[in-house]
Amino acid sequence: MSDPVLRLENIVKTFPGVRALDGVSFSVMPGEVHALMGENGAGKSTLMKVLGGIHQPDSGHIYMGNHKAVMAGPLEAKAKGIVFIHQELSLAEELSVAENIYLGELPRKSFGRVDWPRLAANANAILKKLNVGFDAKARVGDLSIANQQMVEIARALTVDAKAVIFDEPTASLTDAEKVVLFDVIADLQREGVGIIYISHRMEEIFKITDRITVLRDGQYQGTVETANTNEEAVTQMMIGRKLDLSRNAAHHELGDVALEVRGLSCGKLFHDVSFEVRRGEVLGFYGLVGAGRTEIAETLFGLRDPSAGQILLDGREVRITSPVEAINMGISLVPEDRKGQGLVLGMNCRDNMTLPQVDDLKAGPFVAEGAEIAIFDQYRDRLDIRTPGWRQQVGNLSGGNQQKIVIGKWLSMHPNVLIVDEPTRGIDVGSKSEIHKLLRELAAQGYAVIVISSEMPEVLHVSDRIAAMYSGRIMRSFTAEEVTEDSLIQAISGLGGEQVA
Amino acid sequence: MQPGALSKALKNGAIWGFIVLELIFFSVAGEFLSLSDKAFMDFENMLLLLKQSAPIGIIAMGMTIVMVNGNIDLSVGATFAIAAIVLLDSMTWPIFAGLGDWVIPVAWLLALTVGTLLGALNGLIVWKTGVDAFIVTLGSMLGYRGIVFMFNGENPTSHLNWTLVDFAEAQFLGLHTATWFLLAVTLAIWFLMARTVHGRNAYAIGDNRDAAVNAGIRVGPHMMVNFAIIGFLAALSAVVFYSESGSVNPNDGQLYELWVITAVVLGGTKITGGAGSVIGTFGGVIAIQLLRKGLGHIGADTSTVNLVIGLILIAVLFLDRQLNVKGKEELKV
Repeated sequence: MSDPVLRLENIVKTFPGVRALDGVSFSVMPGEVHALMGENGAGKSTLMKVLGGIHQPDSGHIYMGNHKAVMAGPLEAKAKGIVFIHQELSLAEELSVAENIYLGELPRKSFGRVDWPRLAANANAILKKLNVGFDAKARVGDLSIANQQMVEIARALTVDAKAVIFDEPTASLTDAEKVVLFDVIADLQREGVGIIYISHRMEEIFKITDRITVLRDGQYQGTVETANTNEEAVTQMMIGRKLDLSRNAAHHELGDVALEVRGLSCGKLFHDVSFEVRRGEVLGFYGLVGAGRTEIAETLFGLRDPSAGQILLDGREVRITSPVEAINMGISLVPEDRKGQGLVLGMNCRDNMTLPQVDDLKAGPFVAEGAEIAIFDQYRDRLDIRTPGWRQQVGNLSGGNQQKIVIGKWLSMHPNVLIVDEPTRGIDVGSKSEIHKLLRELAAQGYAVIVISSEMPEVLHVSDRIAAMYSGRIMRSFTAEEVTEDSLIQAISGLGGEQVA
Repeated sequence: MQPGALSKALKNGAIWGFIVLELIFFSVAGEFLSLSDKAFMDFENMLLLLKQSAPIGIIAMGMTIVMVNGNIDLSVGATFAIAAIVLLDSMTWPIFAGLGDWVIPVAWLLALTVGTLLGALNGLIVWKTGVDAFIVTLGSMLGYRGIVFMFNGENPTSHLNWTLVDFAEAQFLGLHTATWFLLAVTLAIWFLMARTVHGRNAYAIGDNRDAAVNAGIRVGPHMMVNFAIIGFLAALSAVVFYSESGSVNPNDGQLYELWVITAVVLGGTKITGGAGSVIGTFGGVIAIQLLRKGLGHIGADTSTVNLVIGLILIAVLFLDRQLNVKGKEELKV
């Protein structure tokens, strides 16, 4: 058996007050895809920063081949053949593809001039290898997210990579684009490159990885052969307890139609969309990024003006021209970007929760703090939000608890229709199932719930009915009983099936 | 035409279209309102305009690279004043008494060195403390101006060297000395921004700083170099201007930073960094100078000029925003 390309031995890294990494050891063999898993805060990012030379370990060693390697900085890590494909795309959008591929290492001529012909030639050679459909001269900001990801990958191929680290690479990719990515990974594998693959998505992990290493609270939990384990076991390693992953089938009586949409269109974003949601029902919207799901939600919330179509609430036609109107009519939107759009991270839990109604909670000219605290307490108990108290800054809570604050905020406005966009994005496995359970419970309590998600297991798990969207249209809608993964994938890829209202 | 190509062409050409508009407007309005008989677009007048653009224009080239970098420098006006004092005062120092006219290059060198060091100091503080460049240079703007007043109180610092004045007032191929400096600096910074690795890295850092760090670009030292460049250019601007005038008031250069930033922004540089061009900045500088001169030509006073430029700045940025918004896809505020 050959030597590992990369071996970590007892890596320890402490930050003031936190032991971020506590004796982590594992190795990556040539041609191996090695999954690194753990909940948010388990230490994956810190470990990657140690590998990338951004942090120095307090103790422990990194070996490459048989040699001890010290990564003094990002450049040195790259020179040693460690390459990162970052989760947050790490690209300069205004610059060309070629400049991004060779960022930090533009070929030089005399007087520090850029050698443009050489740059273009090198970049095009790499792009050809990746078989992409864009040119090295293209501006990165004009490319799709998937193509931008290919630029990141192209960057990895500029050096003689020994180990490539993929950090949540599929977070914004469509299924078709994932196939291309996995092909690239397979190519790297054949060339004997060691690959560390960080992801929360079990299906991918089990599809492409050879071994799985799990971290929890900075501690090494073990490495297992992917073939000899299953999702449940890995999840248990990650969260230290068992998790209920069964499909939700709790049925209850449906109420009246709370929201009906007829022939709604908005410019080029979506066309002729019709659906209805009953009280007590969860309607799932599934489709690729850019299929128009979020835009429908934004239109219903008064953030966009529809160009055609009708919106009916409780059978009465309404015009919604602003979020204030939407809220007053009983529509709430839990937005897709929790930190950017859903919360004021620097504000405390109570103030975030009462943000939409603080105008109504006045005692004379002053904010009625007592009333605010009462509302917070009520929804903390109802949603089981775990926080030391209302004074806690929302930015310090875990993703799951942050999401519950957003949901609580909108429940406190007594909506009829609750729209939840990507309810569990960036939320760890344990809290995910809690959020799913919560969404089901809310439906059972008589809310009409719309869930928008890019994750098929999530949609299948929580929805009573599913609308499959492709390119701004609802291609098909399914009931929970009739839906299959295949038919769903076909519908969102624009294959087969005609439009069904 | 590609979708978006029209708005792109409009955007890139906007500043030049604006300049043409100004020329037409002031030429026509000048016929009716001007007190002088001379046409606005008189050749001499245009040459003078280029010369008068030089002090702001030279600094604006430095501001372009600093702003593309994602920073800003508010201290250029104060650096300008310090460099002017160093230039004029050093020529009277007893140790240089034996140099004759050779004192001129020495004084220039001293002034330029001081400017470069003051700029580099800004950059060093931004690099090492991580404090936002706006705050750092707001502080140094006040601090450097304080030094100016400490030097000679409220009194002007004066020294006239006639050789120097002759040089500054010379015309070569019809263009004034100051104009040549402006053109040379524009060309040099254009080359730096468009053709060199340093310049391309400046765009990368301003566009996505994390990406630049991850790619191994040494962001801190890079930014310091750019601050040194703008410090150098602020000093060069002072050197060019005061070689001719020979007297500096402690308030000189005040509000220069705002004129410079206005010119750069009018020229299309993104205030958040990552995009902008030296040619655009050149257009911005000319546009502002045309406006000042043109309003003067038709008899408006200084306060009117400021009001008009302020309004135009906002109008231009609004227009730019409208051209950049793709259809109705943007969310309502």
